[in-house]
Amino acid sequence: MRFKHVFSIIGPVMVGPSSSHTAGAVRIGRVARQLLGRQPEEAEITLYGSFAETYSGHGTDLALVGGLLDFDADDERIPEAFAEAERLGLRFILKPGSAGTMPHPNFAKITARAGGLEVSVQGASIGGGNIEIYSLNGFDTGCSGCYPTIAISHEDRVGVLASITGTVSRSGLNIGFMKLSRKERSGAAMTVVESDRRPDGELLEALRQLPHVEKVSVIDVT
Amino acid sequence: MRFRTLNDIAEICREESLTISELMILEQEKETGQPKEEIVARMAGYYRVMKEAVRKGLETETKSRSGLVGGDGRKVNEYASVREPSVGDWAGKAMAYALSVSEVNASMGRIVATPTAGSCGIVPGVFVSSQERFGWVDGKLVQGLFSAGAIGYVIANNSFISGAEGGCQAEVGSAIGMAAGALVELRGGTPEQAVHAVGLALKNTLGLICDPVAGLVEVPCIVRNGLGAVNALAAADMAMAGVRSVIPSDEVIGVMLEIGAKMPSEHRETALGGLAQSPTGRKLTERIKAAKSSERTSG
Repeated sequence: MRFKHVFSIIGPVMVGPSSSHTAGAVRIGRVARQLLGRQPEEAEITLYGSFAETYSGHGTDLALVGGLLDFDADDERIPEAFAEAERLGLRFILKPGSAGTMPHPNFAKITARAGGLEVSVQGASIGGGNIEIYSLNGFDTGCSGCYPTIAISHEDRVGVLASITGTVSRSGLNIGFMKLSRKERSGAAMTVVESDRRPDGELLEALRQLPHVEKVSVIDVT
Repeated sequence: MRFRTLNDIAEICREESLTISELMILEQEKETGQPKEEIVARMAGYYRVMKEAVRKGLETETKSRSGLVGGDGRKVNEYASVREPSVGDWAGKAMAYALSVSEVNASMGRIVATPTAGSCGIVPGVFVSSQERFGWVDGKLVQGLFSAGAIGYVIANNSFISGAEGGCQAEVGSAIGMAAGALVELRGGTPEQAVHAVGLALKNTLGLICDPVAGLVEVPCIVRNGLGAVNALAAADMAMAGVRSVIPSDEVIGVMLEIGAKMPSEHRETALGGLAQSPTGRKLTERIKAAKSSERTSG
């Protein structure tokens, strides 16, 4: 089911004008921000399809930048997001991408950088403020943004997945959805875990300490 | 969720003597593990935002970002109060309130996506005016939102709710269906009647394209919300009078999917067709673009 429960339909509370082109866009921007784990210093945003055609009138540009600044969909600063970005030191480029096949007519790619770290997100706004994230850092792992999500970058080694699930289970957190994706054998990998509750600091620290784990981010845009 | 179709909803409600909203709350509890009190409280918060949006649209200046629209909600509200609207006083109010909320949306104010921002006026238009008319307490309307949500959940998962994917039939159309079905429940109709109301409503918006002038959620979106609220009232009336949707409502949803899939991208929220490309549509687009670029260079 693309739309998972009643609040995927009624809600979010948001600043207009468009739930797919404003609210959904904010949330895609926020996913990039939270994956990076801090405010980006630089970002490139490429828009496709309907996003590319209507971004100016719908405030999609303002919304994506607002999301990169970790605004929520109803943050009344969204109309001033460009000014805020300048004030907070975020430099960005926003441009339409070339036409071609894309997974959805409201599709965006974001690359964000800060202090030597770089992340990339590909996602779409599927209607009513809901999003689908297709890839994180080039890994084919997605998330729906409907539940708190833990994104773990790690090396592709035997036992890493088991250590992750063991650690999560010992902390009492229930896993609703999980996907592991790797770029090549014994190379880099990413595991994405969607859970019922937001993970606490203790669990995140425990995950960070696991062998072969490089980075742990919490993505919570619920 | 135990239900995937409107027919599922009607059957479960009949077998277990539930209203649609009661079923939705139960399933929401199971799905998210949150207790009923929290779920209802969250929805109550949304209804407060809706009422506030109606008030804001009626009482304050709501000129849109482009300057193209604003103030129609107030005009119609005034007219409905003193001029004996042809649709009747209360449908006149529903229309005024729906326009007002949509105008708040277009001026980048706070609204609730129901199911989308493009269609955010319809459910509040119907709900807030009905609350005034019948003297219902907030809690009753909050319950009604769960009914609307259940209907929207079925439409969204079996078809579309975004203009970019399925045209305006998917955004405004869905909201009309949701409001019509929920109103049937609020007025004491059966879940089966509510389901018929959805099909009757959706049939009237099949094929409606998404053709926003200058790509903004303003023209014709705001007007479609106003007229949509009246449509919802009418569909609810038909269903409660005993009119059945001859093509079952779930099939109508399937037809909406088929029509949306065949719609060219020019008619799916790209502003490359329809009203957006009418002679005046194009002139307005040029004017808005020019105003924007002079804004940038002068800033």
